[in-house]
Amino acid sequence: MRKNKRFSFAVLLAASTLILAGCSSSSDDASGGAYAGPVKDTPGTINVLAWPGYAEDGTTDPAVDWVTPFEKATGCEVNVKTYGTSDEAVQLMQAGGYDVVSASGDASLRLIYGGDLQPVNLDLIPNYADIFDNLKDRPWNTVDGKNYGVPHGRGANVLQYTLGKVKEPSSWSIVWEPNSPAKGKITAYDSAIYIADAAVYLMSTKPELGIKDPYALDQTQFDAAMALLKQQKPLIAEYWSDYTKYIGAVQSGSITAGTSWQVIANVLNGTKATVGATKPKEGATGWSDTWMISSKTEAIDCAYKWLNHIITPSVNAQAAEYFGEAPANSKACALTANKDHCKLYHAEETDYWSDVYYWKTPTEQCLDGRTDVKCLPYAEWVKAWSSFRNS
Amino acid sequence: MSSVKELLNRKPTLRAASLLSLPLLWLGVIYIGSLFALFITSIWKIDTFTSKIIREFTLENFIDVFTDRAYFNVTIRTLFVAICVTVICAVIAIPMAFFIARIAREKSRPVLIALLITPLWASYLVKIYAWRTMFYPESGFINWLISPLGGSSPGFGIFAVIIGLTYLWLPYMILPIYAGMEKLPSSLLDASSDLGAKSGRTFFSVILPITWPAIIAGSIFTFSLSMGDYITVQILGGTFQMLGNVVYQNFSLNLPFAAAVALIPVIIMMIYLSSIRKSGALDNL
Repeated sequence: MRKNKRFSFAVLLAASTLILAGCSSSSDDASGGAYAGPVKDTPGTINVLAWPGYAEDGTTDPAVDWVTPFEKATGCEVNVKTYGTSDEAVQLMQAGGYDVVSASGDASLRLIYGGDLQPVNLDLIPNYADIFDNLKDRPWNTVDGKNYGVPHGRGANVLQYTLGKVKEPSSWSIVWEPNSPAKGKITAYDSAIYIADAAVYLMSTKPELGIKDPYALDQTQFDAAMALLKQQKPLIAEYWSDYTKYIGAVQSGSITAGTSWQVIANVLNGTKATVGATKPKEGATGWSDTWMISSKTEAIDCAYKWLNHIITPSVNAQAAEYFGEAPANSKACALTANKDHCKLYHAEETDYWSDVYYWKTPTEQCLDGRTDVKCLPYAEWVKAWSSFRNS
Repeated sequence: MSSVKELLNRKPTLRAASLLSLPLLWLGVIYIGSLFALFITSIWKIDTFTSKIIREFTLENFIDVFTDRAYFNVTIRTLFVAICVTVICAVIAIPMAFFIARIAREKSRPVLIALLITPLWASYLVKIYAWRTMFYPESGFINWLISPLGGSSPGFGIFAVIIGLTYLWLPYMILPIYAGMEKLPSSLLDASSDLGAKSGRTFFSVILPITWPAIIAGSIFTFSLSMGDYITVQILGGTFQMLGNVVYQNFSLNLPFAAAVALIPVIIMMIYLSSIRKSGALDNL
């Protein structure tokens, strides 16, 4: 017995030493300076973490490929990993192993403050000059005057509806109100950031709440948004974060209305038009994505080349058209296969974007500038969402 | 070479140590170690903005888990699903195992066993996606089957999850029960009928008590596998969620909280295992 005890103690000790060894190191200080350059022709391998449709290498569709030409031209090998929500991207980036990432505004700041990204020397990226001015130096890609990446594209989270089953809606009420014609066949995005979609709807239906920015919610406003989500829950067929599963559900008819991305509608309409997608009158949440470089990358030259390649007018045009969003490069509009693409996605209209609320990370200090109240930080959003989904 | 043999012959402790070192490494470091890491993580904090782990002691994660009614409810729901799956598996498995072990001709037994195991050859995901297409509310196979009778498919939800999990784990219930029934001496059954017991009485008074440990052994598989599952729930559950989904939803943003939730099934399994230890079921695994 005595011997036994000593042995298990030794095992425990060995185990804890191993664990502690695995836990040490990893400093949190944000790396100060950007790469001085010049970008050299060193071959290497970069691991790319991207939204689906952003870094296509021909595996989804052999005709859709802007990764292989890059590999051939630069000698940099590219491995692409896609993710479904910004939270997943943050987790994967923090775990390490990725060199570049296409981050939305709700992920980028968390990564920058977490020291996972490095500032980018824009002089080394010639194509940056052609980016739309209203995407440059914005709060989600620039911190303390330092730029952390190059804009890729932007879009709105559209309201998608199945043709022939649901009349074209002009309002988000179809997904929120209990008397919805699509009751029981509605879907919603499975992430805490979806609380902002409820806030967007409340901005026009309950103006007395005084919501100015759907990402800056004080306790009263937040409770109202959660109440709206609870009202919606019985109408929901499924929450989605995996877009291939979403596509299957629409094709089978178990989902007929809900929040979506243009790329999902495009895939569904691939052979024949089955769904419509619209930005309702209340406005919509949306995204503005930026390519960023990990602070721990070892393939810095390839990473810079990738950033420059992905916003080349022709590549940016392809990617934006494939994903179904507005390109970030102003010269891309002339190069899209569908000449109306930029018009369709309002790339050049500043007005259109005025009621698109780009994803960003809610913080305790209200993002809309209020100082008399405290807002709920994203951690509280996540907690509330987790509790709501399991209630 | 011969000197090694001699040494091992002379020192039995060394012989045992070399034989046991690998399994003990697995048990001690990989198994106990990861449980230990899980526990340690659950008492750490996170930076609420970047969601990075801060290695400072806190009990907040446990307070969150135990004070939020939603997590109590999800625990109950998970237990309910695990119990349902286990009971349904047992009800299906006992007659099947009995048929294979006692009634079927001896020659056909290996074939029947092989047939039972065939579902295990296909990937978990393929099977669950197959069930998903069957459960589609309007266009699915189940709806097609029920609609002539005036019903409609229940769609995705707790019912679909129970059916899916039962399908997945059924072989793990049948195999131990089959093994238990095969060991059953025929003389006992003969004695029972000689003494005038009908087949029902024989089943409940002779067969069931003797194979009980085997049933419990099977239930350990079905119960624990159901407790921890989250993929089937994601695919077949609609808006329904289980404990595994809570872990999955939180691990990216709040790992310590996810670790605290993950300890719930560990605790439940510990209680379950220690309560059945006396039944002798663990000898049947």
